[in-house]
Amino acid sequence: MSATAASASGWRFHRPTAVPAFGTAFGIAVAGLSAIVLIPIIALVLKGADQTWASFAAAAFSPRALAAYRLSFGAAFLAALVNLVMGVLIAWVLVRYRFPGRRLADALIDLPFALPTAVAGVALATICAPNGSVGQVAAAFGIQLAFTPVGVFIALVFIGLPFVVRTVQPVLADLEPEVEEAAALLGASRWRTVTRVVLPAIAPAAMTGFTLAFARAVGEYGSVIFIAGNKPMISEIAPLLIVVQLEQYAYGAAAAIACVMLAASLVLLVISAAMQRRLEREGADR
Amino acid sequence: MRLAADTRPALRDPSGIAWLLIAAALAWILLLLVLPLATVLWEALHKGLPRFLEAVKEPDTLASIRLTLLVAAIAVPVNLVLGVAMAWAIAKHEFRGRAMLTALIDLPISVSPVVSGLVFVLLFGAQGWLGPWLQERDIKIIFALPGMVLATIFVTLPYVARTLIPIMRRQGVDEEEAAATLGAGAWTTLARVSLPNAGLALLYGVLLTNARAMGEFGAVSVVSGSIRGETNTMPLHVEILHNEYDEVGAFSVAALLALLAVVTLVLKVWLERRMQARAGVGG
Repeated sequence: MSATAASASGWRFHRPTAVPAFGTAFGIAVAGLSAIVLIPIIALVLKGADQTWASFAAAAFSPRALAAYRLSFGAAFLAALVNLVMGVLIAWVLVRYRFPGRRLADALIDLPFALPTAVAGVALATICAPNGSVGQVAAAFGIQLAFTPVGVFIALVFIGLPFVVRTVQPVLADLEPEVEEAAALLGASRWRTVTRVVLPAIAPAAMTGFTLAFARAVGEYGSVIFIAGNKPMISEIAPLLIVVQLEQYAYGAAAAIACVMLAASLVLLVISAAMQRRLEREGADR
Repeated sequence: MRLAADTRPALRDPSGIAWLLIAAALAWILLLLVLPLATVLWEALHKGLPRFLEAVKEPDTLASIRLTLLVAAIAVPVNLVLGVAMAWAIAKHEFRGRAMLTALIDLPISVSPVVSGLVFVLLFGAQGWLGPWLQERDIKIIFALPGMVLATIFVTLPYVARTLIPIMRRQGVDEEEAAATLGAGAWTTLARVSLPNAGLALLYGVLLTNARAMGEFGAVSVVSGSIRGETNTMPLHVEILHNEYDEVGAFSVAALLALLAVVTLVLKVWLERRMQARAGVGG
């Protein structure tokens, strides 16, 4: 009667249920996650720690590394901001209006999820190169897109596009029309209704999408390296710097930079997980 | 589907503004999504179909296609089993630390692909923790197929579980409990009740896993060493050809991958419509 004893003490690992095979499923899940994710990541952290603090800091916080973080985080932040604005706009248009091509546009939103990053990279690099379709136009205004930090930003806007759209869309679709009608009846203008009633309602979803887009963009590699030009201190992103260190067999330095990136990912993961949980709870309440 | 604004004038935006917003959204989609896709196809085909086919039939390209299919053929089934097990434990059971396990599943999505590859180099590479032990036994993992498969499994681990968990949770455990009460074993319950109920979501999860497995670049690039014709998957081959200024070659391989993405999107739309239809009938 160990189950009774456990319930009497008030602490139980697994709530009893008629649904079978918890042990097997849990065992496979934990074994798989440990072998594929947990142990390799621990190996990275140990490698990062397997050096003096001075050599860790020399690699992780060198001027070149700091410039790379600035670019990775800065461009990711700006790209996520653009995606926040355009994502809310696109979600609004897709949910609230009917126009020819709407279904196609809706389906295309997921393209950055499905298109391999290297393909996106060569395509964007070609488009933005000084003789490319968009690059030519920008060159006429004296702006160079490809092989500059602007190119990094463009690639990150591309890969982050779906996140805000896809988090805002369902919330916007579930919004009660009565709320907006009430605002209108109380004399609010359409603009005031949208900014004071609709936007606050979708703000949590939009911020969740923003965080997800930012987290994804910080670590992005494939779509960026083709367009960035990869000049140290100028257009070299942090993941590329890891690869550069690795190619010079500087494993400790690569691990040190990777540890910094991993720490940032963990922080963003915790934030976005909390935001997503809140969003799901609110969704269940509606 | 009818729009609320059709019958509720208070929700109607001034039509000038509505069209302006539609135009802005479509212009953005055209510039950011359609233009890259069209560029890939144009660059691959503008010198003629024969030139495209010639590029695809090049031995190194064929080798990269074979390797990509092989890696996906191993990684996708592994992630199918792991994903179903994780979803079963998390969606159908209550246990301590469930939130932590859920967060752990998401980890590969938020980690940089380069870091995802690096962890395996540090574990199995010549300078890695297990490197000397593996070398003694002449087992090659890094710069070889096992490393590429491991990195691909790491990167695509979350997708089956993430698509299954929400729908499995929504469906509750009533039917599973009924099956168990009627004497069904675990396997019967899973194969006859839970998975058919979540069938379309499962299919979508596999589809997404496959698309990401075949398209993974960063993680695989770190562990593979990109040896032409040997450890070179299609995305890596795109990079090699691009660096050699073989634009038609690079874009021909890229076009094949873009085709994979388009097929994935089409199937996704089809699956979503089936799911909506089923939900409409069921509830």
